Amino acid sequence: MSERIPFPITDEMARAEMKPFRRRPFMKRSMVQLTLVRFREFIREPEAVFWTFVFPILLAAGLGIAFRQRGPDKVQVGVVTGTPASAAVIQSLTRDSTLVVSTYDDSAAALALRTGKVALLVVPGSAKDSVHYVYDRGRSEAVNARLMVDRAVQTGAGRVDAVRATDTYVTEAGSRYIDFLIPGLLGMNLMGSSIWGLGFSIVTARSKKLLKRFMATPMSRAQYLLSYLCSRLVFLILEVVTLVGFGHWAFGVPLRGSLALLFLICVLAAVSFGGLGLLTASRARTTEAVSGIMNFIMLPMWIFSGVFFSSANFPRMVQPFIKLLPLTAVNDALRANMLEGASFAALSSQMLVILVWGVVSFFAALKLFRWR
Amino acid sequence: MVTPFDNSAPALRVRGLRKAYDDVIAVDGLDLQVQTGECFGLLGPNGAGKTTTIEICEGLLAADSGSVEVLGRRWESDARDLRELLGIQLQDTQLSEKLTVDETLTLFQSFYREARDVEEVINQVELEEKRNSRVGALSGGQKQRLAVACALVGNPQLLFLDEPTTGLDPVARRQLWDLISKFQAEGKTIVLTTHYMEEAERLCDRVAIVDHGHVIAMGTPRDLIDSVDVSRLPPPEPRTTSATLEDVFVSLTGRTLRDE
Repeated sequence: MSERIPFPITDEMARAEMKPFRRRPFMKRSMVQLTLVRFREFIREPEAVFWTFVFPILLAAGLGIAFRQRGPDKVQVGVVTGTPASAAVIQSLTRDSTLVVSTYDDSAAALALRTGKVALLVVPGSAKDSVHYVYDRGRSEAVNARLMVDRAVQTGAGRVDAVRATDTYVTEAGSRYIDFLIPGLLGMNLMGSSIWGLGFSIVTARSKKLLKRFMATPMSRAQYLLSYLCSRLVFLILEVVTLVGFGHWAFGVPLRGSLALLFLICVLAAVSFGGLGLLTASRARTTEAVSGIMNFIMLPMWIFSGVFFSSANFPRMVQPFIKLLPLTAVNDALRANMLEGASFAALSSQMLVILVWGVVSFFAALKLFRWR
Repeated sequence: MVTPFDNSAPALRVRGLRKAYDDVIAVDGLDLQVQTGECFGLLGPNGAGKTTTIEICEGLLAADSGSVEVLGRRWESDARDLRELLGIQLQDTQLSEKLTVDETLTLFQSFYREARDVEEVINQVELEEKRNSRVGALSGGQKQRLAVACALVGNPQLLFLDEPTTGLDPVARRQLWDLISKFQAEGKTIVLTTHYMEEAERLCDRVAIVDHGHVIAMGTPRDLIDSVDVSRLPPPEPRTTSATLEDVFVSLTGRTLRDE
C-alpha cells in the first residue's frame, strides 16, 4: 500500500505534486492525447475521410472534365425543307464546319426547337433571296447561332467581306471554369470539414454524456476545444495539398500568388470556420439538431458565396450582404491569390471579414457552450 | 476544522443540501457523512435524488443551498484539486467507441498529475486481453469495468460510482464487487448508489436510504435490518432468514412503483 499523503496541505506540497505533470513525456500530455483522439476518431470513420479528401477531388475531376476547353462549341441548327431556297441554304451552311445542320419538315422543326435540339431554326423563304430565322433572343447560344448562320448564308450567296480579318488563338490558364472552381471547392471544403468535423464530434460527445464525464476530470476545457482546432490544422494541410495539388497537376490551375499567403488564408479560414463549428455545436444535444443548424448556416453560403458560379450573378442589392459572408471572403481571397497573385494588402478586407467571423463566433460559442 | 491527516475525518460531509429543478425538488435538506476508508451506499427509489446528490458531490452540479465538503475541501475554492482526487463513474456515459481500451485509459491518464500506470489499471480491471480492442466491441461488463478503470487511473482517494452494476450479469457484477473491495482495502473511500440490496449488504459498511430528497434511514446494513419489526412484515413468502435489507427498503419507501 502506498504511503502517499491523501492530498497536499501546503503550497509547497501542491507544487511538488505538479512537478511530475510538467516533466511528462510529450506523448503523454493531455493536449497531445486529446489531439490524437481527434485524429483517431476521424481516421476510423471511413465516411468522413471520403467526404473530406476523396469527394472534392472527384467533384473537381468531374466538373473539370465536363467543362474542359474543347475549342469552339459546335452550333446545332435546323433547316426546314421543302421550299425552293432550301437546297442552297443547306449547301451554304454545311460548308461552315462549326455548324451542325439537321433538316426537318415543318412540324418536326418546331419540336426540335422547342426541345432544345437546335438553337435556331432556318426557314428558307419562298423567294430565292430571302431567309427567316426562328430562335429565342434570350439565349446567348441562339443569338450566336443567328450570327454564324447568317454569315454562312450571306457568304454562300456571294457576299464578300470588306475587311480581311485574321485570328490568333490563345488559351489563358486562369480564365477557365476549372480555375474558377478549384478555389471555390477549396473554400467549401474548408467550411464543410470545420463545421461538420467539430459540430458532429462535439454534439456526439455531449449526447453520450462524454463531455460531462470529461468535466469530472481535471481536463482543461480550453485544451479540449483547442484539440479540435489543432487536428483541423493538421488535416487542413492534407486537404489543401490534395485539392490544390490535384488542380495544379491535372488541370494546370495556376498558383500565381505566394504559397505562404495561400496557406495563411487557409489557416485563417479553418480557424474561423472552426469558431463557427463550435458555435453550431455549442448548445445542441442531439446530432439531428446540430445537422439542422449546420445546414441552415452552410446552405446560404453554398448558394451565395460563389463556389460553383460567380456571386456576381446575384442582384446588386444583395451584394453587400454576400460580401460579408465568411465563405465569400474566403473564396474571393483564394481566387485573388491563386489566379491573380494578389498581395496580402490587397486581401486585407477579406481577411478582416474572415477574422471577425472567427473571433465573434468563437467567443459566442464559449459563452453559450453547454458542457454537460 | 479537521486536518487532512486525521483518518477519522469524514471523506464526505453534506449538510442541508437542496437542489430544485424547474418543476421538482430533487434534493430537499439532505445530510450525509462518509468516513475515510468506508464503502458507503446510497439507496433509494428512482427519482429519490441519489444521482443529483452524487453529482453535486462530484462538482458537476451546483446546489441551491447547503454545504458539501469533499476530502476536507470545497468545490467553490478547490475545484482543480478535487478533480485530481476523485474518481468518478457516471450512470450513462458512453466512452468513444472508436478508441481502444488502451487509448481511452491513456487519454484519461493524461488529465491527471499523479496518474497511475495504464498497464497496471488494465490488469486490475482484468481487461488485458481487450487492451487493443475498440470500446465498441466490448461487452456490457467489460465496458463497465473500463468505466471504473477510467475512474481509477487518476489514482483517486475517493471513488463515486453511480449504479455501477446495473444491467450486468452475475459474473460481471461479482468482478466489479471484487474491484471495489480491493480499492477499499487500500484504505480509500467509496460512495456508490445501487438498486440491488444484496449488493449493498455485501459491499457497504454503511448505507443511507434516500427518499423524496432526504435521508430517511442511515446505518450499517445489519443495524438497519435489525431495526425492522419482523412482525410487521407481510407474511406470504416463507422465509429462511429473518429480514433482509430489501425488507428495510420496502418497508421504508413503500411498495408502490414509481416512475423515474
